[in-house]
Amino acid sequence: MTDLSTNYMGLQLRTPLVASASPLSHELAGIRQLEDAGASAIVLYSLFEEQIRQDVRESEFYLHAGSESCAESLTYFPTPVDFRVGPQGYLNHILRAKDAVNVPIIASLNGSSFGGWTGMAKRIEQAGADAIECNIYFVPSDMNASSADIEKSYTDIFRAVKHSVDIPVAVKLSPFFTNMAGMAKRLDEFGADALVLFNRFYQPDIDLEHLEIRPNVLLSTAQDLRLPLTWIGILYGRIKANLAATGGIQSGQDALKLLMAGANVTMMCSSLLRHGAGHIRQVEQEMTEWMDQHEYGSVRQLQGSMSQLRCPNPSAFERAQYMHAVSRMPARIV
Amino acid sequence: MSRNSKIMDANEAVANVAYRVNEVVAIYPITPSSAMGEWADQWAAEKLPNIWGTVPHAIEMQSEGGAAGVVHGALQTGSLATTFTASQGLMLMLPNMHKIAGELTATAFHVSARTLATHALSIFGDHSDVMSCRTTGWAMLCSNSVQEAMDMALIAHAASLESRIPFLHFFDGFRTSHELNKIEMLTPDDMRALINLDRVFEHRARGLSPDHPVLRGTAQNPDVFFQSREAGNPYYAACPKIVSDVMDKFAQRMGRRYGLFDYVGAPDAERVLVMMGSGAETVEQTLEQLNRQGEKLGLVKVRLYRPFSVEAFVRALPPTVRSLAVLDRTKEAGASGDPLYLDVVNALHEAGRSDGLRSAARIVSGRYGLSSKEFTPAMAKAVFDNLTSDAPKNHFTVGIIDDVSHSSLEYDPEFSIETASAVRAIFYGLGADGTVGANKNSIKIIGENTSNFAQGYFVYDSKKSGAVTISHLRFGPEPIRAPYLISRANFVGCHQWIFLERLDMLGSLTEQGTFLLNSPYGPEEVWKHLPARVQAQLISKKAKLFVIDAYGMARETGLGSRINTIMQACFFAISNVLPPEEAIAAIKEAIRQSYGKKGEDIVSQNLKAVDESLSHLFEVTVPNAAAGEAAQLTAFSSEAPQFERDVLGTIYAGRGDDLPVSAFPCDGTFPTATAKWEKRNLALEIPVWDPKICIQCGKCAMVCPHSVIRIKVYDSRELSRAPATFKSTAARDKEWQGLNYTIQVAPEDCTGCGICVDVCPARNKSAARLKAINMEPQPPLCAAESENWRFFLQLPEVDRRKINLTSIRQQQLQEPLFEFSGACSGCGETPYLKLLSQLFGDRAIVANATGCSSIYGGNLPTSPWAKNAEGRGPAWSNSLFEDNAEFGLGFRLSVDKQAEMARELVLELSASIGDELAMAILCALQEDEAAIYEQRERVQALKSKLQVLDSAKARQLGSIADALVKKSIWIVGGDGWAYDIGYGGLDHVLASGRNVNVLVLDTEVYSNTGGQASKSTPRGAVAKFAAGGRPARKKDLGLMAMSYGNVYVASVAMGAKDEQTLKAFLEAEAYDGPSLIIAYSHCIAHGINMSTAMSGQKLAVDSGQWLLYRYHPERADAGQSPLLLDSRAPSKRVEEFLSQQARFKMLARSNPEVASRLWKQAQQDAVDRFRLYEGLAQQQTSDHKDKQPAQP
Repeated sequence: MTDLSTNYMGLQLRTPLVASASPLSHELAGIRQLEDAGASAIVLYSLFEEQIRQDVRESEFYLHAGSESCAESLTYFPTPVDFRVGPQGYLNHILRAKDAVNVPIIASLNGSSFGGWTGMAKRIEQAGADAIECNIYFVPSDMNASSADIEKSYTDIFRAVKHSVDIPVAVKLSPFFTNMAGMAKRLDEFGADALVLFNRFYQPDIDLEHLEIRPNVLLSTAQDLRLPLTWIGILYGRIKANLAATGGIQSGQDALKLLMAGANVTMMCSSLLRHGAGHIRQVEQEMTEWMDQHEYGSVRQLQGSMSQLRCPNPSAFERAQYMHAVSRMPARIV
Repeated sequence: MSRNSKIMDANEAVANVAYRVNEVVAIYPITPSSAMGEWADQWAAEKLPNIWGTVPHAIEMQSEGGAAGVVHGALQTGSLATTFTASQGLMLMLPNMHKIAGELTATAFHVSARTLATHALSIFGDHSDVMSCRTTGWAMLCSNSVQEAMDMALIAHAASLESRIPFLHFFDGFRTSHELNKIEMLTPDDMRALINLDRVFEHRARGLSPDHPVLRGTAQNPDVFFQSREAGNPYYAACPKIVSDVMDKFAQRMGRRYGLFDYVGAPDAERVLVMMGSGAETVEQTLEQLNRQGEKLGLVKVRLYRPFSVEAFVRALPPTVRSLAVLDRTKEAGASGDPLYLDVVNALHEAGRSDGLRSAARIVSGRYGLSSKEFTPAMAKAVFDNLTSDAPKNHFTVGIIDDVSHSSLEYDPEFSIETASAVRAIFYGLGADGTVGANKNSIKIIGENTSNFAQGYFVYDSKKSGAVTISHLRFGPEPIRAPYLISRANFVGCHQWIFLERLDMLGSLTEQGTFLLNSPYGPEEVWKHLPARVQAQLISKKAKLFVIDAYGMARETGLGSRINTIMQACFFAISNVLPPEEAIAAIKEAIRQSYGKKGEDIVSQNLKAVDESLSHLFEVTVPNAAAGEAAQLTAFSSEAPQFERDVLGTIYAGRGDDLPVSAFPCDGTFPTATAKWEKRNLALEIPVWDPKICIQCGKCAMVCPHSVIRIKVYDSRELSRAPATFKSTAARDKEWQGLNYTIQVAPEDCTGCGICVDVCPARNKSAARLKAINMEPQPPLCAAESENWRFFLQLPEVDRRKINLTSIRQQQLQEPLFEFSGACSGCGETPYLKLLSQLFGDRAIVANATGCSSIYGGNLPTSPWAKNAEGRGPAWSNSLFEDNAEFGLGFRLSVDKQAEMARELVLELSASIGDELAMAILCALQEDEAAIYEQRERVQALKSKLQVLDSAKARQLGSIADALVKKSIWIVGGDGWAYDIGYGGLDHVLASGRNVNVLVLDTEVYSNTGGQASKSTPRGAVAKFAAGGRPARKKDLGLMAMSYGNVYVASVAMGAKDEQTLKAFLEAEAYDGPSLIIAYSHCIAHGINMSTAMSGQKLAVDSGQWLLYRYHPERADAGQSPLLLDSRAPSKRVEEFLSQQARFKMLARSNPEVASRLWKQAQQDAVDRFRLYEGLAQQQTSDHKDKQPAQP
């Protein structure tokens, strides 16, 4: 029987198919469905730094808006003793998720600045999360900020989180660094247990009818796996941190490619949102069938087999092959 | 035993006891007692047990009558039950109170005594409500202070169980119910020690049970009723002794001794006052000082007013008494004396048989403190002084200037008994700016963390937006018993620069006192910006002046516009209440405690603000001379009519106490169109119109809650006199070709809510951030825009006959006759009222249920209800909370009767009037503005003719001729009225078939009393009285009304579909039968961004949380379904709507599991509701063919 098991940040997983942070984990029922469908670990939906801050400010503002103004209505809301602003709901969710399923639960902290929110990591650990995925996401719109400053903020945030907990901490990054490999190396040196490559870049859209900027998250397609495939292939074997591939995994073949590039796990989101949690089962089946047909005994056997270090043509990951590919492009693509 | 001391007000103190010693608590909101019910509900939600270890049931009822009924039922079945109320609420409990007493049932109701509405409603305190209960057979026990309120609450329950007489325990509304003071807490053990468990078992044993059935509540006939009624007499006879015994037991345990009547003062006093309530504290403090100066004065504090123990009262009087003044805090018009006075007279008369000495004393009666009118030591002294006269004034008043009946006593306002050791501070703030919250916090810091005593009392005005708050704080080493405002402050804090021009804040500052000013100007430049009057006061008082730019600092430290922490730190730094370092440490600790749960960010922001405050606080050297001449404060413009200027303007300036009786109308009738004189200048930013971008849709004017955005079209020749900055452009509407168009903002009346910007659909094509109307800072625009506003007002109004009312862009040209209300900035109710006033205001009579709309509509000094140039406008009145539909139906019947009688007389006098005119009048259908205009012309002609006819019938017709012009009757109120307390009446009025228009301003909560749940509150919302989230579905009032078949029903949300709102108003008014419009009204109690609240309304409709529909009975006649569903199928999830509002999100934070369940149910509610209405809208008209409109 094909052995699909893998190790991710010290967590022994039945398969490399992990559900990445998505609305599917908002409800316990969704989390149970993911486990039932075969997810070997579940990254919970993200707790956003802004959410923590905004929750606190909002509750402070709206609960007091208009108060102590009119003699008849000195306040407008009751003030329950047990009032949990900010992340409490998220922490409870971790607790309940741990009770509900057997697979590891990875909490996701999403932020962009160094501050009190990183203290949340400890509370996440106490709530029972098996690991933390630290999704550092920054849109550097400040023209006066240097690249070094921006990159330092990533490592500062990571170190603050890592320092406060004993459970493994993964870092989810965007690919937009001048030296992606160098960034990976630094995070690796600071003790990142894994790098999750990559998060979806937020690109707003314009609503022409209403002349407004609309938030718009595009679901990934199979083409999107090329970017993580490239960087996982390059990084595999060069850093200690584990590698998780995310973005564009639609089929068993997609997952296999990323594992061969060097991923310890492959994370799925868009395809599950499109097809439902049950899609994991199909991907797993496709993987098994392919591995059976091609006589692979285990995932460990193929992991990294096509990385830059181990593949037949290492230069294919670099500029030489880019030139080659471009020069072979037809003049007109129909 | 050592007990905790805490800072709290009497509402909390009383609720602490009442909740703990009862099993069922029935509640209903009414000011100033709402907080007692809120505490009970909250504790029940938190599962706090009573003294027997069980969590009491707290249930909100539909009215106080309902609450009393529930209590009666619970008592009858053997439970211990209580309720809280005041004023009109107590009146609704009267029938049950008679029953409960007649059945000798032990209970105590707790009443924060409040004025009964007579010529006017008042939320403030006096004894007119409790005195109306004298005939109920209830014992009446009065508390005079916060500590006493807690103590007496327990004594009342204990004595009631012992005596079987129900107790009405009362204390002064606001003065005691809302005063913060340091009190010693009663413990559950204290309560258990006082409550006799055997009596509890006996009470339970008397409860109705099928296991030992009895019959109670019989009907009796003349043969036996009388005797039965007398059978309970022994219980009343025994009651005073029982109360006295319970008080003794209490004293043994607690050390605080009370009597039925407590005498204080000189043992050999000759002049004695008799009174009850907080004023007694003032008298006691005053006489102590006067006695130290050699006077021989005394006071009898009445504790147990009913049953009145003549024996105990007489025994309480010193034998030396020569003259007595009995002070009542109520007015019994037409009586031979006010109630306590009559009791005292009677007591001494009856006692005279055995005690000739005391009964020979001269007794005079006085009235004080109605509606929380201040009662000060100076007034107390005046009452004693009156008794020195050979012919003391009897039936006097004190505290007012009565220049009509000349009843008032003169007093010396300079007389003061304030001690030197106390710190007395007054703070002037703007509602919701954090001033009051900071002061409450300071009191807790001092009172609970040091051995010092502290007292806080807070005065609010009646505006919902831009209200002035005045905090009166006393701190000192001795207990503070001073239930009156500070008249001599050694510290005054002004937290808003704009008050310097408007209020006299320094009048009360003592010599060498400290004035702390929140100033946008620094220490070097502030002096030259101070009004000369303020400069002169600072110089003459040798005051110390400190300034801080609190708003600047709040912005810098991330606190936004909340300046509470900053001003509090400054106060502690310079007031010397505590050593500064100790004080600052205490503030910081309080911040950690207050904000700890709210996150580290908030804590660190506030801690930073404390430190920064101290480094930004500067003392200003006060020069020797003022920069200019001190000008008198003026409130209203000199253009205002005399009454408005002299009376209303004086009230507005905060000097209403100075107005004499003669200044006022005798029957509570006041002019309308008065809000326009206020010019409150509240807005930091105002909307600025960009005519180049504007598409002239009229939406900004339509949604403006304060009617400050106006539109006119006019001949360009009018512009010849226009100010330089006045904006004008060509009108785009085809029907106005050749005319000019202006949207003008009233800069001094705008509250800066920004709703207009939210709804503006036109964007600047070069910078999409900008719209056709944009917010810009008010101060640099104010002068020019004020001039533009004045010019705009004198442009001619468009002829109403030429306006197409079905088009918003044209309809919005109608002059609003509801303007500049004091409603919350961005109010969701007032746009509907403004629309009503535009469409029908010149012929409307409005019956307004008590609530927000009656407060911003009719709370003195001014009213937003206005008049047009012809002097016509809505006539407005408020009767009660519970009877508004009936009140409005009365309008309809009256107007119809007058019109019918007028038509009869026209017919009868047609020969004299002229047949042609008479027939034209009688046949006029008045279906549109033009036809109504013509009828008005005819009636004018009729009146002219009648003037020369010298007959009784002609005079009769002359007196009612105006009724021949169609009148529009509007019954307006909130959901608390329509869904709950007034529903029975509303239902009956709708069923009457009469032509009334009901407008329900549905905020889904009791907004005016601070956000208690109503039956309109949607599932999952957190509200007071639903602290755990409302579990039930919102009542479908519209569906219930539709079931009659002949009621026009519309559900509207202006922010979602303004055209539909307009259509609904037009159809409702035109329909010759009852109409009901249920209008979604966003509210500050929803916890929302008010500036985008109209978008929130759209989301409510898009998600199916709110439906838009119109049910028109006449549509069935045309073969259509009467129900027209104006909502499309929900395109968004309800969750999207819920997650925008703190009222729903609160539950997700406090109880995520329950929230998750209720949110799902809310989604299902929306789906079910839409399906139901969709089905109804598709029903075949044959369903309706058989239904005939009910005949009036």
